[in-house]
Amino acid sequence: MISKLETKKDEYPRPVEGERQAFMYGNEVVVWAALAAGAECLYGYPITPQNEVMHYWSRLAPDYGGKFLQTEDELSAGFATLGGIMAGARCFSATAGPGTILFQEPLAMAEMMRIPIVLVVQQRGGPSTATVIYSQQEVFLTIFGGNGEGLRIVYSPGSHQEMYDYTLKAFDVAWKHRFPTLVLGDGYQAKMRERVLLYDPAARGMEIEPTVPFVGLPGVPGVDREPAHWRNAFSVEEELYEELEPIINDYYRIAPSLMEKEEGYLDGAELILTGHGIVGRAVRTAVKELREEGFPVGFFRPLTLRPFPGKDLIRILDDCPRLLVVESAQGQLAKLIRISIGGELDHRVQMYPYFRPGLGISAEELVEEAKAILNGKREQKQEKEFSMSML
Amino acid sequence: MKLATKRIAMGGEGGQGVQSAADILAEAAYEEGKEALYIPNFGIEQRGGVSLAFVQIGDEPAGSPKFKQADFVVALSGRSLERLIGFLWEDTIILYDSAWLAPPTVSDQVVGWQSYDTTAPDFFAERGVTDRRQKFPEIKQKVKNIFALPASEIAMEKLHPRVSNVIILGATARLTGVVQLESIKKALENRLASKIKRDPNLKILNFNALELGWEAGERMLKSPAYSAAT
Amino acid sequence: MKSMPDSWRRETKPHKFCPGCGHGLVLKALGMAMDRLKIADRTVFGVDIGCSLLAWDFFNADTIQTHHGRTVPVIIGAKRARPNLVGIAYMGDGGGYAIGSQHLINATMRNDRILIIIVNNTIYAMTGGQMAPTTLKGQKTETSSRGRDPKYEGFPLRGPEMVASFAPEGAYVARGSVSHVQRLARYLERGLENQLQDRGISVVEALSTCPTNWRTNAEDTWKFLEKEMTDYYPVGELVSPFKRDTQKEAADLETCH
Repeated sequence: MISKLETKKDEYPRPVEGERQAFMYGNEVVVWAALAAGAECLYGYPITPQNEVMHYWSRLAPDYGGKFLQTEDELSAGFATLGGIMAGARCFSATAGPGTILFQEPLAMAEMMRIPIVLVVQQRGGPSTATVIYSQQEVFLTIFGGNGEGLRIVYSPGSHQEMYDYTLKAFDVAWKHRFPTLVLGDGYQAKMRERVLLYDPAARGMEIEPTVPFVGLPGVPGVDREPAHWRNAFSVEEELYEELEPIINDYYRIAPSLMEKEEGYLDGAELILTGHGIVGRAVRTAVKELREEGFPVGFFRPLTLRPFPGKDLIRILDDCPRLLVVESAQGQLAKLIRISIGGELDHRVQMYPYFRPGLGISAEELVEEAKAILNGKREQKQEKEFSMSML
Repeated sequence: MKLATKRIAMGGEGGQGVQSAADILAEAAYEEGKEALYIPNFGIEQRGGVSLAFVQIGDEPAGSPKFKQADFVVALSGRSLERLIGFLWEDTIILYDSAWLAPPTVSDQVVGWQSYDTTAPDFFAERGVTDRRQKFPEIKQKVKNIFALPASEIAMEKLHPRVSNVIILGATARLTGVVQLESIKKALENRLASKIKRDPNLKILNFNALELGWEAGERMLKSPAYSAAT
Repeated sequence: MKSMPDSWRRETKPHKFCPGCGHGLVLKALGMAMDRLKIADRTVFGVDIGCSLLAWDFFNADTIQTHHGRTVPVIIGAKRARPNLVGIAYMGDGGGYAIGSQHLINATMRNDRILIIIVNNTIYAMTGGQMAPTTLKGQKTETSSRGRDPKYEGFPLRGPEMVASFAPEGAYVARGSVSHVQRLARYLERGLENQLQDRGISVVEALSTCPTNWRTNAEDTWKFLEKEMTDYYPVGELVSPFKRDTQKEAADLETCH
């Protein structure tokens, strides 16, 4: 009998042997991480600034048994990816901006049916077509998009190394927990070139959760086994609720184990700076420089935006209730923080916004901003601006 | 000694080879074990428009891909220099291709701070080609130095028009002091590997261009103008 | 003719379609084709949104119920990842020709090795009887209450003809009808054979009935299907890569009536 799910993966060499230093573009890093994680198919649609993910994949993947299809749009890319995954292949995709909007539809199906899709989002300016360059405006779309409950896992890396580490990790986490897992990058990270250490996960003892087919299972359906019947449509409210409740419970049960963050220079800090992704990196650099100059500042950098490591931020803010929120968006991270900290602390925390929707943020300007706050030059005007932005 | 991160902003017209020059510079630094970050301007403007590139090289990883103040601004055209004016501060050294850009008019208030290699404008004045050059944009910010290098002219006269960006690369590398000549050669050879395979002369041509630029950079560093500013 | 194909899942019968609905007959034809080729055990059957979704547990075959218009890409994704699977995308005319039309066109262009079945009942049935691309001229629906006016709503879409106009080599395109189940089954079988032989895409439209939304009795339902629909939507093979004795073929198909 013909094997239904026959693959030829074993004939191919391992994409990354041991460890290898490289000087690479971010989109290339994504491809090497996917290959190292054993990804088999990329179905994608061109949109800047993620195009090179497809370019590098279509060039490199065939050497490792990988497949590629350029689809007619992001809907097709997303749904074909789901089809491939359900057939048992480790498939993924990448997109940006308006493409991320179209991807909400397949992501919603994945959330309902527990399909472990990995999607890399390289944010560009918004709303609408805006710029092809950079922003952090796809945070809400990535974490809460879709007509559901945002049962997703979202990583926000800040360097090529983290891009590699977390893309690799996304393939493990997605298949382990069967929730859509997204890596939220941006145009800067996609297009910049810097050092990265590529490694074979197996050489580090990292096991990537194996794929499991949903269809094309062994045996004759109806004879040897029940047929696999997968659906996302339900007739009555109770039927849906019965289906959904365990999914939601699963998500919140595993959520604490998924939360990741980086924090530093908290001792004696009188102001905490926070930012995610590439901005988080500027935040960390600024704080280091400020400390060298003797300014009492610390930083908090969420690495998972969903689930959000709010518990850690609460602990930090309890000691130092002054927070400078830095993002290339108009308060998307700030809103997420507000939701997460809540309650009594929310009233006690003084938040200072540094919102630059669609604009890059440098460490230099954050050094200046933090000094201005510490010197009492920012409070009045900025707090008003901030509350306006929360409307 | 620790190398403080050097920030280099390069600009030119699309097709002048700004991105390759910046990329090769960054790659050479990476090969030396330094932390390098290169990011192109990848806006709507690509071919035919202004092309900008940003490179940071140091011992520590760069804090963010873009920066506010450049230690070096390298311009291959007038329009691109206009786009880089916002990156100037008192410590900036400007290097420009004087075959494409007319020398600047130095405003009175910044005399003493600015200076440029007089060879280049004279060289051009004699040849009467100043009319096709773009106007040097007005610069109000005091900067450390302005150096001219008629790279395109040198390339055309001595080597090949296509290697003017390699001459600029050589001068930039020397002036910034972030990499050794040998590392740049290696990075350049890597980049051109497939082309050199087809035409081995390309290697010599590019290395000559690189060395010409490097020597020009050397002269700039030794010029009285440079020592006066430092 | 067997009353129930072997590939049908008995536990989920009687099925969930309305009385007089044509879906049961299309699925009977498909079941017969699957039985003849003995492929139920390696089939991935994809069903769309609309009434087609009610077939999510219809067969003894692994099945994925997808989103409106998105069954074609899901099946393509599975087929390309695991070419030994047999991919069938089952949908209505809304899913095939409206919300998913870009997928139909591009899948045809790429000659994806899947079978696409589009059930044409001239209407959006599950959402309550709105106009479809296939709604006939003058036909009244909930969103064309005065009858479809070509001046404003255009002429009804002949899907297989559109696909045939640019079908690549190896493609199989046909239109059958639930009024001739054996013949429809033959078309579906050829569509599947075409995939098994790795020749190209197969697109089969099935003319079907919807007395619920047409608000017709049994007689008028059948009349509408056999007269008005079949007049505008001629039944037959439009593109076939199979080299056959055409006379024998015609005689063969005659016996299927």
